[in-house]
Amino acid sequence: MKPLAISSYTVTSAMGRGRAAHVEGLRSERTGLAAQNFEDAQLPCWIGAVAGLESITLPRPLASFDCRNNRLAELALAHDGFLDAVGAARARLGARRIGVFIGTSTSGVRQTELAYRERATLSLDRLPDWFDYRTTQNTFSIAEYARLRLGLEGMTVAISAACASSAKVFASAARAIEAGFCDAAVVGGVDSLCLTTLYGFNALQLVSPDICRPADAERKGLSIGEAGGFALLTPRPEPGSAACLGCGESSDAHHMSQPRPDGAGAVDAMRAALGAHPTARVSYINLHGTATPANDAAEDTAVTALFGTELPCSSTKGWTGHTLGAAGIVEAAFSLLALEQGFMPRSLNTRVPDPALRAAVLLESRAQRIDCVLSNSFGFGGTNCSVLLGRAP
Amino acid sequence: MTDCFVKAVGIAAPGLGGWTASLPVLSGAAAYAYQAETPYAPALLPPNERRRATATVRQAFRAAEDALAAAGGEARELASVFASSDADMAVLHRICAALAQLPRVISPTDFHNSVHNAASGYWSIAVQSMAPTTTLSAYDASFTAGLLEAVALARERSGDVLLVAYDSGAPPPLAAKRPLALSAGVALIIGRYAGSAQPLARLTFDLAGDGETPCVHPELERLRVGHPALRALPLLELLAARRAGSVTLRGTGTLSVEIRCEP
Repeated sequence: MKPLAISSYTVTSAMGRGRAAHVEGLRSERTGLAAQNFEDAQLPCWIGAVAGLESITLPRPLASFDCRNNRLAELALAHDGFLDAVGAARARLGARRIGVFIGTSTSGVRQTELAYRERATLSLDRLPDWFDYRTTQNTFSIAEYARLRLGLEGMTVAISAACASSAKVFASAARAIEAGFCDAAVVGGVDSLCLTTLYGFNALQLVSPDICRPADAERKGLSIGEAGGFALLTPRPEPGSAACLGCGESSDAHHMSQPRPDGAGAVDAMRAALGAHPTARVSYINLHGTATPANDAAEDTAVTALFGTELPCSSTKGWTGHTLGAAGIVEAAFSLLALEQGFMPRSLNTRVPDPALRAAVLLESRAQRIDCVLSNSFGFGGTNCSVLLGRAP
Repeated sequence: MTDCFVKAVGIAAPGLGGWTASLPVLSGAAAYAYQAETPYAPALLPPNERRRATATVRQAFRAAEDALAAAGGEARELASVFASSDADMAVLHRICAALAQLPRVISPTDFHNSVHNAASGYWSIAVQSMAPTTTLSAYDASFTAGLLEAVALARERSGDVLLVAYDSGAPPPLAAKRPLALSAGVALIIGRYAGSAQPLARLTFDLAGDGETPCVHPELERLRVGHPALRALPLLELLAARRAGSVTLRGTGTLSVEIRCEP
């Protein structure tokens, strides 16, 4: 693919609102995770909740979109000058020529959970009138919300490929631009806390009772988080500016909820991302690193097969938790911050590294010039995506 | 201007049981008659996955396997795009109903089937394909959005791409909030190049259009407006009639997509 400029980007997670809060959190090694206290969930675990969503209001014409997920989108869009950057691109290119590609796994399912609870509590034979399926529960809701909020009229899709969703938006946007369907794209991802994922991952025994500890010998699973992030992709980046250089996608063809142990699907995705830019020198890998025993082992096999055992890498999920459909964009943002700051974040909460893992997982953060970052995202259904971020040639 | 070649078509809907069997109705030579679909056991799914696959996944497979049979059967090298407005509303219903009462116990199989990309995951396992696969939603414009993604993917890979658009109706009480009259799926195998076998048609796309083309036949028009995947029917009518022409499908944003078709 041709490199795409990252003209603007922003991220909001349990670490805070906007890029500066994330830089500060990474440098001070302050996790956004806390003991689980979401609604009345009775699960002993840790979560990465975004504070203050209760008081976010959507612009009046978009009030029917009101739900936790779209509030998180609204909050995230308001930082780092993102609205203005998209406004300027809209004025330059035209509203119909900017595409919108947003990843989510559960969209506004929290709203459906609330509707079903009200039905059960009041013994209703139908769902309450306030429940608007299309503008909240439906997977497309988040993409349509972002499009309308940004005043855009171009092609719009929600990519929903589980935890790879908002990495794959970079790939879909890049090929839509190359096909001429749009001239620029807003990509992003938003996923918010809900009982479905808390109890669902728990049913699969993938949630750690302890804070998540990626690559640790005693890791017991993931901590769920919520986040939203967006980036504006435009063609023909200035040489030296931050750019998306490549995307690689693959399938495991192995199991619906477990990674392929030999990491072959992950290898294919990373290789395809590099293949777009064979000269790129990868300085650091932001791992998928969910802290489940199986994920970290399979990813380690894949990373060491391609890069050997010396390339610095880490998972940032110790800071944010696993933000599921938003993980791709959150970790793309971390990768871009790493490039800008010359800073490789360590694997937070990792105490004793798993001796079975051979990759060079960072136990201390490191200040160092970074040329290129590879960001991995893998999801249920065996779907894999790697995004290569670096400086435009 | 972007184009692609259509290599094969699949369809699974009440009264439209497979592409070849549906040609008389789609081309206008025979009248449409509603006929409920019989249960379907996907031929390609291994027994373990077949047991776990939901009705929505089977619907997707039914259309995909129909297209694949017409194309000669090799799926391993195909990249794929799965387009579904609502994914699995029966699973969504079961999970939300279970979460509304104590103790909250949800089935692990329901949870892994709840991801929007469940059909895509089962497909890659079934055909042992490690090729890229994307799953997307664009509400009632999901077929159009999926088609554009598939065209862009075929262009990027220079290889053929399987597009599967599918959705299933919801159980009550969800059905009142998202009334889909029926379950249906449509599949296309498209490629950037014509290839060795004679393609069905060449399609060219223009995103500047407005409005949308209804079905030629009033009975099919009723199906079209009631189901996201069957928004493809005007295009399928044109392909079935094997004539040159154009149709406009409602896209996303404020765009419609004009598709010119040359057999």
